[in-house]
Amino acid sequence: MSRPYYQSQDLKKFKNITDWSPELGTKFFEYYNSVFQEGALSSREKSLIALAVAHSVQCPYCIDAYTQDGLQRGIERNEMMEAVHVAAAIRGGASLVHGVQMMEVYDKRSM
Amino acid sequence: MPIKSLQSRSHLLSSTQAQLQWLENGIFKPGGLPSFAAKVNDYQNTPLRPRTLEILQLNLGYMCNQVCTHCHVDAGPDRKEMMSEATLEKALDLIRKTSIKTLDLTGGAPEMHPYFLEFVTQAAQLGIQDLIVRSNLTILLANKKYADLPEFFKTHNVHIVSSLPFYKKEKTDRQRGSGVFLKSIEALKRLNAVGYGKPNTNLKLDLVYNPSGAFLPGNQKSLELEFKKALKTDFDIDFNQLFTITNMPISRYLDFLIASENYDEYMESLVEAFNPAALDKVMCTNTLSVRWDGYLYDCDFNQMLDLKVNHLLQHIDDFSAVDLLNREICVSQHCYGCTAGSGSSCQGSVV
Repeated sequence: MSRPYYQSQDLKKFKNITDWSPELGTKFFEYYNSVFQEGALSSREKSLIALAVAHSVQCPYCIDAYTQDGLQRGIERNEMMEAVHVAAAIRGGASLVHGVQMMEVYDKRSM
Repeated sequence: MPIKSLQSRSHLLSSTQAQLQWLENGIFKPGGLPSFAAKVNDYQNTPLRPRTLEILQLNLGYMCNQVCTHCHVDAGPDRKEMMSEATLEKALDLIRKTSIKTLDLTGGAPEMHPYFLEFVTQAAQLGIQDLIVRSNLTILLANKKYADLPEFFKTHNVHIVSSLPFYKKEKTDRQRGSGVFLKSIEALKRLNAVGYGKPNTNLKLDLVYNPSGAFLPGNQKSLELEFKKALKTDFDIDFNQLFTITNMPISRYLDFLIASENYDEYMESLVEAFNPAALDKVMCTNTLSVRWDGYLYDCDFNQMLDLKVNHLLQHIDDFSAVDLLNREICVSQHCYGCTAGSGSSCQGSVV
């Protein structure tokens, strides 16, 4: 039986990537943990940024993890949805802004 | 949301045996997740034992004016169990004869007990350091006979600990019933008005947060800041501390976990979050819980599963502080709730 590309149980095994490369794995997770500490931005704000980026990169593990993280932090669903719309706006905008290139080429090549 | 207790609906999970079956089987069968007893043994090589007796928690009865979806007591207006006058007298005797620092009155809604005022008045004269009443807040508005309670609490320097699962209406009402949030806000204003939760009054008003769903509570300090900011800005309400409490897989919350197909994942998350530092500070090592009928338990959760103290002296009539310290604490898989993450107790997180 073929294994599905994505399995929710795999999220719990994320830390296992360190097994095959202890130095890089350890460095990554140390860095990851430092990133989410309170700083100029609060951990709460960082959690919402992570949720938005998770949707932008369409990572099901990250969406699962940061929805649950938000619930634990008391982040409400309207706040989460606004974060997702930020991701959608930037993704949509990223497509649309290329329309300028299309217009430039079109105009240059047209008589 | 349910409008009646599991008991009055003759729900399967109103049986403590049925609840324990869930906790002992399924993903905790041999070869599955480790039992709590095995986990404790891994870390300290001995079963859990009490260290001292500092907190006496009396459950005055299961009657409550609310029917909350997560209630581990299965409390509600239809529950008639009440502590007798004789048992209340025994409890006062017990306090006189021991060096208990904290008396913690819970329920149901403890204020609904017919001898509540009399009992608190007497208990307050016994020199206890901390006399706690766990108030659901809405009881203060439920009937005019409760309207004077804020003044009464103030007179006897009662420490109020109240559930408020969120600082907004939607989540609170979904868990505790329609209209509960605004009534709770009004009750908090009345407590603030007599000095509770205000700076320099020594009248302590603490709130209890528990997650509105199948997830663990976040950081206690961060949530406290969020609560303080929101309640002050939106309603000009002050309080002292926020206690975060993990929902225990017992009674109505267990029913929710099973019905919503979250049980396995929730239990896995509790086991994964096991924290040995929290194990060192679990409340059962310094607490004794008394049921309405006088039976003794290691904690309120064991009371709801009817896991009586593992000792020959199981009733308040036979109470002996020294003898009862010599016992093993009864555990099952619900105990993972107290050792997950920063830990959980009736006084909030423990590490």
